[in-house]
Amino acid sequence: MMLDVSLTYYRYGFLGGEFLTWLWFYIVNTDPNDLFDNKNEFLEIGNKIVLERKANNAVEKVTIKGKDAGLEEGILSLKKGAVVKELNLLYRKEDKDWSFTISGESMGLSNLKTPDIGFIESKKDIEAFVVEKIFLYESLYILIDSLYKKFIKLRVSASWITVVSDMNKWINS
Amino acid sequence: MGLLSSSVSINRYYVEGKIEEPVLDTVKKGLVKHSFRETVDDPSNKNTGWTSFNNHFNPNFNGSSFVIDALFVFSLRIDKKSVSPKIIKKFIYVETVKRLEESGASYLTANEKKAVKEHVIDTLFLRMPAVPNIYDVVWNYEKAMLWFFSSNKSANEALEILFSASFNQSLIKIFPYSEADILLGLTEKERDLLSFLSPTNFTG
Repeated sequence: MMLDVSLTYYRYGFLGGEFLTWLWFYIVNTDPNDLFDNKNEFLEIGNKIVLERKANNAVEKVTIKGKDAGLEEGILSLKKGAVVKELNLLYRKEDKDWSFTISGESMGLSNLKTPDIGFIESKKDIEAFVVEKIFLYESLYILIDSLYKKFIKLRVSASWITVVSDMNKWINS
Repeated sequence: MGLLSSSVSINRYYVEGKIEEPVLDTVKKGLVKHSFRETVDDPSNKNTGWTSFNNHFNPNFNGSSFVIDALFVFSLRIDKKSVSPKIIKKFIYVETVKRLEESGASYLTANEKKAVKEHVIDTLFLRMPAVPNIYDVVWNYEKAMLWFFSSNKSANEALEILFSASFNQSLIKIFPYSEADILLGLTEKERDLLSFLSPTNFTG
């Protein structure tokens, strides 16, 4: 496998921002019951959106924090040509909740909080807790990878033009 | 930031290639060879090495102590020393005055100033205890995936360098393009199309 990391990191850096912008659009414009086949799964925008706009060699960054982050100020930035650089999300599956921030530049996760797994009372518990935590992280990566795959499949297809048109209407509505 | 913490950061890596069989022994050798070693008389400001996930200050990779549920779980320890520039400035002044008094000269040459600065920095770093930083690593060998529990850029760079030196394998960071290219199972046609993409204008 020959992947030029330093070249592709910057050359295709726009993919992450487009993914998160699409994801925001996809979440708020899809009936929550239609996001997943499993009706006990939910995904919603959390408490932070960071947008970035590049113009004339200058970078304008807008950070929106708070419950139900985004909407008006975020849409205004999108109208000016910004894309989402970081997005905080809440994911619920059955009775379990995850919250996390995903970076469009690196796809790295931060502020990731998994469902509570209780307290470690003795050293003997550590292995079981590690296994449980890894399972919870893995569950989140399954979600992220499936959403990103959905985006990339759309992005390289002829349907992308329609998606962009729908996103344009959403931004300007 | 530890994998059992209530709030974590994770960067993912793809591990390129296979390591020499038997895998467990090769991994153990790499961990032991590059395990963290305490230094007491080293004036350098950074010391890096692998340590045990469950015993950060006394690495022990005996048996399969670094294996949990078919995963390799260990930690990267980076000890860093730092001295405030204001302290360095103060001690350079003190040392300069001392040398001028000893020599009777009215000023130090450029080389003497450089020597004073180096002496002061070495002396201060030698006296200063290093601050340990621990970053957990989970390596799923079967899936060729590695999770690193930090988004700190220099810690990620240290991981990439030490991993390559220890296991003779490269880590490919998972970012938007590499994830699409490596992890998503795209068809050849889709991967070709991906390589020709250019930015979308959502407002045009």
